[in-house]
Amino acid sequence: MGLFILRRLGLMLLTALCLTFIVFFLTNLYPNLEKLAKTQGNFRMSEEAVESWLGDRGYTDNMFVKYGRWLGVAPGWVTEKEDGTVTGQCFAENALEDSRDRYCGVLQGDWGRSLVFKDDVASLISTRLAATGKLMGFVLLVMVPMALIVGVLAGMREGSGLDRSLSTFSITTTATPEYVSGVIFVAIFASSAFGLKWFKGSATQAIENATFENFFLPVITIALYGMGYIARMTRASMTEVMTAQYIRTARLKGVSFPNIVLKHALRNALIAPFTVIMLQIPWLLNGVVIVETLFNYKGFGWLLVQAASNNDIQLLLAVSVVSVVVVLITQLISDIGYVYLNPRIRIS
Amino acid sequence: MEPLTWTGPLGAYLDTITLALAAAFFVAVLAMIALNAAGATGRVVTNPDGTLSTSGSPYDLLASAVKWIGVALIGLVLAYFVVGVFGGPDAGGIVGALSQRMTPVWIALLLTFAISIGFKRKLGLYGKLFDSTVGMIGFALVMFWVFTGVFGALDMIITHDPLSQVSGMKNKVPGTPLSGAEEGDYQWYLLGGDNLARDVFSRVVKGAWVVVQIAPLATLFAFMVGITLGLPAGFYAGKLDTVLSFIANLILAFPVILLFYLLVTPEIVATGLPNYMAAVLFIFPLIFVGVLLNARYYTQPSIRTPLLLVVLGFLGWIYLSLISASGTKINILPASLDLFDIPGGILVVFVSVVFVNAPTVFRIVRGLALDIKTRDYVAAAQTRGEGPWYIMLWEILPNARGPLIVDFCLRIGYTTILLGTLGFFGLGLPPESPDWGTTINDGRRLLSIYPHAALVPALALLTLVLGLNLLADGLREESLKD
Amino acid sequence: MAKSDYDGPILEIDKLSISFFTRLREIPAVMDFSVTVQPGEAVGLVGESGCGKSTVALGVMQDLGKNGRIVGGTIKFKGRDLSEMSQEELRDIRGSEIAMIYQEPMASLNPAMKIGKQLMEVPMIHQGMGEKEAYDRALQVVTDVKLPDPKRILDAYPHQLSGGQQQRIVIAMALMSEPSLLILDEPTTALDVTVEAAVVELVKDLGKKYGTSMLFISHNLGLVLETCDRICVMYSGEAVERGSIQDVFNKMQHPYTQALFRSIPLPGADKNSRPLIAIPGNFPLPHERPQGCNFGPRCDYFEAGRCDHGDITMSPVAGDDRHHTRCLRFEEIDWDAPPAIGDAKERSEPGQVVLKMDNLKKYYEVAASALFGGGEKKVVKANETLSFEARESETLAIVGESGCGKSTFAKVLMGLETATDGTITLDNNSIEDIPIEARDTKTIADVQMVFQNPFDTLNPSMTVGRQIIRALEIFKVGKNERERHQRMLELLDLVKLPRAFADRMPRQLSGGQKQRVGIARAFAGDARIVVADEPVSALDVSVQAAVTDLLMEIQREQKTTLLFISHDLSIVRYLSDRVMVMYLGHVVELGSTDQVFAPPYHPYTEALLSAVPIADTSVEKKHIVLEGDIPSAMNPPPGCPFQTRCRWKSEVADGLCEKEVPPVRQVADGHQIKCHLSSEALDRMEAVIKLAAE
Repeated sequence: MGLFILRRLGLMLLTALCLTFIVFFLTNLYPNLEKLAKTQGNFRMSEEAVESWLGDRGYTDNMFVKYGRWLGVAPGWVTEKEDGTVTGQCFAENALEDSRDRYCGVLQGDWGRSLVFKDDVASLISTRLAATGKLMGFVLLVMVPMALIVGVLAGMREGSGLDRSLSTFSITTTATPEYVSGVIFVAIFASSAFGLKWFKGSATQAIENATFENFFLPVITIALYGMGYIARMTRASMTEVMTAQYIRTARLKGVSFPNIVLKHALRNALIAPFTVIMLQIPWLLNGVVIVETLFNYKGFGWLLVQAASNNDIQLLLAVSVVSVVVVLITQLISDIGYVYLNPRIRIS
Repeated sequence: MEPLTWTGPLGAYLDTITLALAAAFFVAVLAMIALNAAGATGRVVTNPDGTLSTSGSPYDLLASAVKWIGVALIGLVLAYFVVGVFGGPDAGGIVGALSQRMTPVWIALLLTFAISIGFKRKLGLYGKLFDSTVGMIGFALVMFWVFTGVFGALDMIITHDPLSQVSGMKNKVPGTPLSGAEEGDYQWYLLGGDNLARDVFSRVVKGAWVVVQIAPLATLFAFMVGITLGLPAGFYAGKLDTVLSFIANLILAFPVILLFYLLVTPEIVATGLPNYMAAVLFIFPLIFVGVLLNARYYTQPSIRTPLLLVVLGFLGWIYLSLISASGTKINILPASLDLFDIPGGILVVFVSVVFVNAPTVFRIVRGLALDIKTRDYVAAAQTRGEGPWYIMLWEILPNARGPLIVDFCLRIGYTTILLGTLGFFGLGLPPESPDWGTTINDGRRLLSIYPHAALVPALALLTLVLGLNLLADGLREESLKD
Repeated sequence: MAKSDYDGPILEIDKLSISFFTRLREIPAVMDFSVTVQPGEAVGLVGESGCGKSTVALGVMQDLGKNGRIVGGTIKFKGRDLSEMSQEELRDIRGSEIAMIYQEPMASLNPAMKIGKQLMEVPMIHQGMGEKEAYDRALQVVTDVKLPDPKRILDAYPHQLSGGQQQRIVIAMALMSEPSLLILDEPTTALDVTVEAAVVELVKDLGKKYGTSMLFISHNLGLVLETCDRICVMYSGEAVERGSIQDVFNKMQHPYTQALFRSIPLPGADKNSRPLIAIPGNFPLPHERPQGCNFGPRCDYFEAGRCDHGDITMSPVAGDDRHHTRCLRFEEIDWDAPPAIGDAKERSEPGQVVLKMDNLKKYYEVAASALFGGGEKKVVKANETLSFEARESETLAIVGESGCGKSTFAKVLMGLETATDGTITLDNNSIEDIPIEARDTKTIADVQMVFQNPFDTLNPSMTVGRQIIRALEIFKVGKNERERHQRMLELLDLVKLPRAFADRMPRQLSGGQKQRVGIARAFAGDARIVVADEPVSALDVSVQAAVTDLLMEIQREQKTTLLFISHDLSIVRYLSDRVMVMYLGHVVELGSTDQVFAPPYHPYTEALLSAVPIADTSVEKKHIVLEGDIPSAMNPPPGCPFQTRCRWKSEVADGLCEKEVPPVRQVADGHQIKCHLSSEALDRMEAVIKLAAE
């Protein structure tokens, strides 16, 4: 088991390196850099001015060198101007020679600065991530139990009226992406057109003070879309288990129906949905971005949109590292959980 | 000109009844679910003709109540539409007017269903679809939007130009009469005006065409890529599988939105990256068809060679036309031979949607190939010395078609959602594009005051994706019955 | 529930009819079926697949699913009508009074629950036992079913046990609350022959010990003979004959029973002088049953106007104890008349050696941990020093149980794998190192294979004709599409299928017909060596005979060398010229059929012969039951591969068996045995199978 986790961690690291390099590559393509120079310098810069602005800041170096700098395995750029001022990636302008750091990358704990927010990337990410964590936590709290209950009830007696109504419900939710359900919910429950006004159409205040009124709609919007898929998987898994021969064995042993469901079927039926729940988390990240934009909730997803639409390279890299790590960790948990739930794999 | 009400004069008679029936239906269904969850089921009796039915208990009474109320409800709703088709806005209000505009769609739908049901025994899996209620509902929803898209593109349905702005119509509610209407203009904005005073109804209809064009085609390309790579990965396993699976997982680990933001920006389009990606992704259908035919006919070179020349020549021409466009980095085909150009915005959307979908298809195909390659008929093919590609494409792939067709339907729905997401973030497609995602994005800013501009495309997208999901469900059910 | 002192019959099924209902129509599965099980009695229910025998069992359990329904008759258990009981009463009886054992032991145990818990559940539900008591009871029953180390087993999950052990657990579970009636539905079909013999033995012993009545469902007449007191033969939803084992086996009174016995290879049958007689025609589909007698269309004694008219009831056979038959003409038929033997075939003489294997070895490297490769590698020795030669128009049978390496051997011969060491010579060319991609068309067409599973052997999405034509294309037979089409039709003639089948899809064919297409495909390139991997084991008894005879006939005409892989010694004895017995990758015995089936044996051959059930009351069999399971090929025992289960091991001094792999010894001309036993010990061996008449 230990070896297995170690291998998975190695694979994770490799994946994360590959992915961040791709992000790095795409954000550092020349048109992007040109835009960066013009937004940071001024919009009427000449070609040459852009060149030298970028050159001074090490942007024109080899892609791998730049990536190495960001990682902190290659020395940061140092430029000595004609007037003698020395600027560098890792130190303030004109810092004393012996107090200059040579490396400043992720490995050194330096995630860089956001050009849009004029703030340290690490602190930006951590506050926004906390806000999104709150949202995600509530979503999982609503989504998982609801999905499992719906799935188990539907799969318990295949083809019954209960099954059909619940299945229709879960199919409908999978067909409703967040930007559709969000719009519908806001229109019905928060707009003046229908006049219900039960909830608020904006969740901006929920960052500091989450209430039922301002937080329910974003949570239910994400939860519903994710729920349908898990519920359908649970149902499929449950119907399959209910027709398995060992369920018949149990029935013919004289076990009562509730006990068959609870003692014999449930554990076997939950193996497949568990992995689905875990793999669903990357999808939730998508939903988070949409919902945070729709409800103006300034969390991690909102940050991603800001970073990406302004080509804020350092911030974007950090955002992608975080999201990739989240995805990979959930994959790891899903693998381990699968092994744990399924004695067939655990012991052999 | 008076503003239209939703159901017009007809509604005065019918609305109360419809609402009452709908409420009754809802209550009855809830009661049935409650009874069912409590463990009550119908008592089954056998009829003399050898069929089974239920009768007697309160549960059964409720079940038949649900059925009959449902039938009545559907009948009433149909009445609104039928009256609308013949009476138009004067008799049926907004619903009637919409129904009248949609007349070509109704006719096409009726014809499709009449013909399909008539010949369903001869149509294989497609015919069997008409044995399943769920599948038929799904198919009807999907075809509704397909026909709407097609007829919309032919300008048969829309009431106004989707791009033109009419002063005084900004954010007007559904049914508002056109201000300053001239002779020959349609008199109303049936579903209201958006924040730029454009007709919401016409935009939704035009938007359907964008989806109906891109989503199935992009899904098809994703399948070509996924199948061409997934089959060898599953069949050979080993190193090839490890490498390909790693790449697939790499793409899957990317949050989709981040990927879109990275790929679909004007700066990236300027680098020509989407064109290069298109050049790579679009070559897969060529490889696929080439290998498919070669594996089948290599024993008979006299048939194989001309066949391959013709087919690949034709596909190659289309391929070159697709990837080369004047003014981009790839412009290899002279303009006289270039059949068509795809606007950069559409191309990048298309490419990124294919790129995001292909790894999932790859994984499905790989899993199926791993399963099917252990069958004896694969071993039989091996023992008579068949090449690996023949086995993959002619022995394994045809027997994986069931799950793949089902997934294809689901994936079109998912692609539709992705397209909407792109539009929602204002990526790729031009800002005035009538596609549903962009329209929702435009409309959401004033959502709490004027919800209709965002709500209508949202419901459109919902019904289309729901239809695709139901269709997939029906297909799955019917293909399992074999 | 208190077990009452009831002393009438345990189970009385009277005129039972069960139907399944679909949206379209009613499908009768069981019609007018009656049987009685007395206390302590074991009744066998025999028939081919689809005859409704399992439906009867489920009817007794009142577990017919949503669509199944009892439409007539009664099932009385200890005098009480089961169909009038409430769900609660039924639940009380299930598991405590009636228990059931199924075909697939792995599928009938809950994979995510420990075995102990699954066993303890039974008395905890029915006798209200406490956990401690239930555990003790479970321990005792597991000991009763002769499982080693019961405590460890109770703490294990099902997948940690072998198939044989799992089936013992299922039996233990059924016996937990000492039921009065045990229903066994093909309990040993999924097991190897030697393991099956041990399980059957156990069931018999325990039945006696606990005084349980048994309803034993099987398609294997031999197995029923060994386990049951009475038998009921079913055909197409009806009981056609029932009576005591002696009466039915020796004085059968129904044409179907007779045809069934004539189509199975009993000792004495011979492919040349006394060939099997296949039952003509096909099993009728449930909704296409004929008027009158269901067996009528296939019956030799059919009389038009009488047998195809009205319902036929069971009539008692005078003079026998509770012996009934569903035949109108049973009193007119001369049951002792010998079957009309078709022309006895000339025995074909083996020709030159075409295939020679010398010292063939095939080792696999398997990663110890499946994840990510890496880690230690284990070597699996799938084939160990395999040497033999096969001649033209000879049938060489390769016999062995699972894991003996027979499939690997076939793969190496076909070129799907290459040999680790040794040579394979085909017509003086070595082919052991040439994978199939590198072989020339002639070699590939010469060596072909017939597969085991008829439902898997044909590509489901291609027509039958197309599949045969594809093989012709690959083997470069015929100049154009027309010629190949013609040749394809001739091949269909060869395997006696109507030419119209060319346009059918495989799913429209029955199992036997599919297997025929598989044979036609194998002979598309005029194969000279055909490897038949258990070609009939998945088919019904009556179809088996027809397919076997077809293979023999084609072999005779084409002078094919047939390598017949099987675990069924009866059929091997019937059709093979020479036999090779394999165990864990080793050839333990090789010789002509007569030599192998007569002493001296290799100890494994001896046990195998004893384990095979024979449906002939005149046969006396020596009783040898092997302990334990077949060791895994991943982890073979040191020394002789068979030493862990060998009953002769004590006869060899110095524990030689555990140290060295025995040498190959010639005991007679062309008869070799791989064993340490001394010649005297071998000479002392007695014949396992004796015909009483001899």
